[in-house]
Amino acid sequence: MSQVVLFNVFNGLIVGAFYALMALGLSLILNLSGVINFAHGGFLALGAYLAYTLIPYIGFWGALIVAPPLTAVLGLVIEWLLIRPLYGKDPLYSLLLTFGLAYIFEDVTRLIWGAQSVPFQVPGWLMSSLSSQYFFLTGYRVFMMIIVAAAVGGLFAVLKYTRLGMRIRAGTRDLDTVSTLGVNVRVLRSLNFGIGIYMAGLAGVLAAGLLGLSPTIGANLIMPSFVAIIVGGLGSLLGTLIGGLMIGVASGLAAVYFPSATEAVIYVMMALVLLVRPRGLLGEEGRLH
Amino acid sequence: MANADARGISRRRVVKSGLAVAGARIAGPFVMSARAAEAVRIGLDNPLTGPVASLGKNELIGCQMAIDEINARGGVLGRPVELIVEDSTSGDAGTAVMKARKLIDRDKIDFLLGNDNSALALAMAQVSNEKGILHIVPGGHTDAITGSSCNWNVFRVCNTTQMEANAVAAALIEQYGKKSYYITPDYAFGHTLEAAMTKAIAALDGERVGGDLTPLGTVDFSSYLIKAQAANPDVIVFLVPGDDMLNAMKQAVQFGLQNKVHLAGAHQEMEPLEGLPPEARIGVWVMEWYWNQPGVPHVAEFVEATKKRTGRVPTARTWFGYVSVWTCALAAAKANSLKALDMAKALQDFHLPPEIALGPNPAFYCAGQNQLLASLFVGEAQAKGSAPDDFFKVTKVVNGAKVAGTLEESGCKMKWPT
Amino acid sequence: MLLFAPFWMNAIGGYTELATRIVVMGLAAMSLNFLLGFTGVLSFGHAAYFGLGAYGTAMAIKYWAVGSIPAIVLGVIVATIAAMIIGALIIKLRGVYFAMVTIAFGQVFYFIAFRWNAVTGGDDGLTGWRRLPINFGFAELDIVQNDRAFYYFALAIFAVCVAAMAVLLNSPFGRSLIAIRENERRARFLGVPIEFHVWLSFVISCLFVSAAGGLYALLNNFIDPRALRVDLSGNLVIMAVLGGMRSFWGPLIGAAIFVALQDYVSSQTQNWMSVIGLVFVLVVRFFPRGVLGMLRTGAKA
Repeated sequence: MSQVVLFNVFNGLIVGAFYALMALGLSLILNLSGVINFAHGGFLALGAYLAYTLIPYIGFWGALIVAPPLTAVLGLVIEWLLIRPLYGKDPLYSLLLTFGLAYIFEDVTRLIWGAQSVPFQVPGWLMSSLSSQYFFLTGYRVFMMIIVAAAVGGLFAVLKYTRLGMRIRAGTRDLDTVSTLGVNVRVLRSLNFGIGIYMAGLAGVLAAGLLGLSPTIGANLIMPSFVAIIVGGLGSLLGTLIGGLMIGVASGLAAVYFPSATEAVIYVMMALVLLVRPRGLLGEEGRLH
Repeated sequence: MANADARGISRRRVVKSGLAVAGARIAGPFVMSARAAEAVRIGLDNPLTGPVASLGKNELIGCQMAIDEINARGGVLGRPVELIVEDSTSGDAGTAVMKARKLIDRDKIDFLLGNDNSALALAMAQVSNEKGILHIVPGGHTDAITGSSCNWNVFRVCNTTQMEANAVAAALIEQYGKKSYYITPDYAFGHTLEAAMTKAIAALDGERVGGDLTPLGTVDFSSYLIKAQAANPDVIVFLVPGDDMLNAMKQAVQFGLQNKVHLAGAHQEMEPLEGLPPEARIGVWVMEWYWNQPGVPHVAEFVEATKKRTGRVPTARTWFGYVSVWTCALAAAKANSLKALDMAKALQDFHLPPEIALGPNPAFYCAGQNQLLASLFVGEAQAKGSAPDDFFKVTKVVNGAKVAGTLEESGCKMKWPT
Repeated sequence: MLLFAPFWMNAIGGYTELATRIVVMGLAAMSLNFLLGFTGVLSFGHAAYFGLGAYGTAMAIKYWAVGSIPAIVLGVIVATIAAMIIGALIIKLRGVYFAMVTIAFGQVFYFIAFRWNAVTGGDDGLTGWRRLPINFGFAELDIVQNDRAFYYFALAIFAVCVAAMAVLLNSPFGRSLIAIRENERRARFLGVPIEFHVWLSFVISCLFVSAAGGLYALLNNFIDPRALRVDLSGNLVIMAVLGGMRSFWGPLIGAAIFVALQDYVSSQTQNWMSVIGLVFVLVVRFFPRGVLGMLRTGAKA
């Protein structure tokens, strides 16, 4: 039995890393711009479908490189057209807008690519397990871990070492001051949004190799992302990362002891965190308002 | 302050009345919509959006094919027949119920069709029963529809989970072994299917070594697969349908589990099979209808007709829609009336003609239960077959009538109006 | 005001269910607006309490065979208790975070309704019950077969709830809510107990929305877990915004437009989701003050 537990914890970390990737994009956008991007799942689906369409021409690796930036570009366009005017206003409006966008995305993907699930081709050598005993360590999952680690590492590096990153971090704390210091806040927000969507697109391409690709692929993934952010702490990216990993591990453990509660356990976790520490595990003070 | 409010309120009143009139104008065309007063109307209230949209859309195609054929042969009781389509959406029952009422009250349909979603089917059945309309359920699987919640006016085309389980259990034990582990979706369909499978396998000396209930919409099955493999079964039985099955199989094959354990399941359909990468198209399953039936008359024509319309082969769902509409026409013809009660009585033990049944066994609506008993196709999923869309190799065609339980087992106590 | 309603409803004719649905949704949207438009707090998870009210009502009828009105009352009690507990948990948050958490809790209830098969019927929904005729002692109101009678019943409940809300909003309590909406910090300085008031507003809002939920269950003679999903929550918010958040009757207008539009569009095309999504986008971008908001400024100018 303990082997099963160990396997599940291990596997939970891998799955959690994937959740973290998606949640991080969402968190990035939320922290700087105060926008709850309900359409994040839609961007994920779009990234996946774009990759699916591109694979016959440029192969899997090409699609992996090209699809996320393409999605980010679309994200930038939408940000410029629709979300930018909403920044000063009540967060209600951006939530409603992205909510409506989520509807549109699902319908458009269904229109273009059909309601049916489509087969997504991942290179064969990635698909098999690395070891017979640790069979759940497929090449693909390890690969996914590496990509997520790279993306997360890259994100944190950008935030820590580049000027853009510094501005984003400063802006997250106090956007007004950053603006008076002469930074073009509009551009900052756009770039931030673009990075967030890039991560959604990347998550989409990775997801398509793991799951069935259908227009509703994003819908099931958005709630765990929300919970990851709430648990990990509002305003903290590291918290979101940890939140995502915790979700993965918690689900894995639940599968061992309470199989039908794998979904419930993440909400229970969320409720506990809210009771004990409303701002989340690594949440910052003053982020509540 | 009070004065401003009074004026505000009266202004609002005017505005509201104005909007109401405008609303009536927009709604007007609906009420007075010019539908051919002569036509017989069949209302389809099925999901065309949401997770099971692909199934609903295929059923719609089958319905449309049937409508065209019926009209080409003179219609129903000499009148043309038309199909009124409403998207029940995959949202809550309220929409489906509202659409059903709209179809019945406003559009004056003579027949109601739907729903693929079990909850919505049950909700709509309550409406159709209340209003006394003949109701055919093409693809909603919960056993209750022709079981504990059966109604005299509700008929179902697709199989019950009990029938599917009975059909495939023997094949699983013969081919794979006696010890099975179940991955069951945690909702009514899954529960009844698993209960049926466990019973069927136990009757053949099989053994259930374990199982897991998975939440509907689970994206990652790895934890369950880890547990399943640790229990050391002969076969892991995937009872999850649709996209869940897709995810589970894809991941199981990625894990290389098929080299250690057999992978199989019960309910299977073309739509999710198409989404599987070829190497994951494995295992023993049961389908409710399959297009590649060499030697069975009329099937090839149906396949050709569907290909001409859509470019793809028909799926079980296409056939469900086709049968549902034809059932309406045939019921009216046999009863020589459009009264639901007469038609329902006419359908008791009613046999579908071979060009509709499209299978080797007779297809008929079992009396007292209103459940269609036809053929079930047990076989193996395959990466490649004799034709581009041939994803399934049929190894045995089971006679539905032989695997259906007794009336008592179904729990159906049908009450006829006096 | 409400007396006018029956006349034009009858003029539209045989599609009474649509009118009843508008009344139910209108009540739900107006309840949400108590919190949203008048207290300035966004909840994106109101469908949970709507659903709790609905399930409470349905289960009361199914398991205890009570009359329609007591059933609604039971549903309301269940939902209100839940709102009190959840409200206490989340009251420290504001703005986007509050909204996010309400979404998450909405999902929790969806999940419970889905899983607790034995009690709630799970995915199949709670069936096998229907609304019973109301016995007034001297007469029986048949709201079962008679759709129009049910419409008036729903309208009566609607009127009661709306009147209660109006009374509350005009009271000193109501005015302090508006003060909180306008400037929370200043209200705090003025000695208004913010947390308590927001919590109370949240609970009251959930109370009325659960009454709407109970009506909804009675309308369909059915309830299933999808009624608790975040889609419905989003729809309620858009109804409030579409009609005009700052006005009392706005959400009812928003509900009327939205429900009728959704019904019409989904009959016309399979791509109705895009249209509805577009409505969200357009309203937010171009009509954030809603129909009544626009008309009011229009009338002033």
